[in-house]
Amino acid sequence: MEGELIQMGKFIGAGLACLGMGGAAIGVGHVAGNYLSGALRNPSAAAGQTAFLFIGIAFAEALGIFSFLVALLLMFAV
Amino acid sequence: MADATGGFNIKPMDQFVVTPLFGGDVVHWYTPTNVTLWMFLTVASVAGLMLVATRGRAIIPGRGQSVAELAYGFIYKMVEDVAGKDAVRFFPYIMTLFMFILFANVLGLIPWAFTTTSHIAVTAVLALAVFLTVTALGFILHGASFLKLFWISSAPLPLRPVLAIIEIISYFVRPVSHSIRLAGAMMAGHAVAKVFAGFAGALGLASFIPIIAVTALYGLELLVALIQAYVFTILTCVYLKDALHPHH
Repeated sequence: MEGELIQMGKFIGAGLACLGMGGAAIGVGHVAGNYLSGALRNPSAAAGQTAFLFIGIAFAEALGIFSFLVALLLMFAV
Repeated sequence: MADATGGFNIKPMDQFVVTPLFGGDVVHWYTPTNVTLWMFLTVASVAGLMLVATRGRAIIPGRGQSVAELAYGFIYKMVEDVAGKDAVRFFPYIMTLFMFILFANVLGLIPWAFTTTSHIAVTAVLALAVFLTVTALGFILHGASFLKLFWISSAPLPLRPVLAIIEIISYFVRPVSHSIRLAGAMMAGHAVAKVFAGFAGALGLASFIPIIAVTALYGLELLVALIQAYVFTILTCVYLKDALHPHH
């Protein structure tokens, strides 16, 4: 019984950790959207800034990855 | 993973199991496994593209040589743009990283293939190598003044200790996010494709809907495979820039 309770807690916790994905989605969308609005205002400068677009997306995505990491730890390590 | 006990039996994580190539089920460090095989194929394809296809050294390049030259020029420009002109001496390392990750990702998309980069053990070694190289390089080039990386002199003085703590934490979290980003993206994408493929088996006559979906997902996965290789390399360049020029 107690083992099942722990198992249940793990599943609920891992599911809750997935909410972090929403935050990462907002962050990535914010970066990409702002890049696009800037690129449409000044298309000639857009090509030089794609590197920063991907760096920004990668950093925003990293925080979503930590929630994935928490879910993995709950499922397999705790 | 819990066993799937529903009406259909989808085991999306089975594709990531490491199995020995020649029978048996004990994996020692020297046992040839499917990871070994696909890692070898990755290295062989990179060598095939970069060595065999460019062997002619034609002035007007053929198809293979064009692709190799495109990849070379693309990464060279990225190193120059992001990490600076003096980072060009680390270009061979960054090019190796890019080609290895790119081919591991793309070869993993072949049906029944094994994606070596979906294992955190593989990506963690790549990310730790970058982390240790960059840290050692920073201390070798700048000595103790490399620590100024954490002391942001443009911020107000009372804020600096707080920022230093945040910077130190974010510095040591780098290899974690660097490795899990690649492994997570690869693993998640392949698991999703497998789940959709499982729907196709369960839906009977309506199975054309998940088949269309899985085809679209496959295209997306190809994009993700390219972008993740690019992101891994560009972040390596960013970290390298921090080591070469630690002053904010």
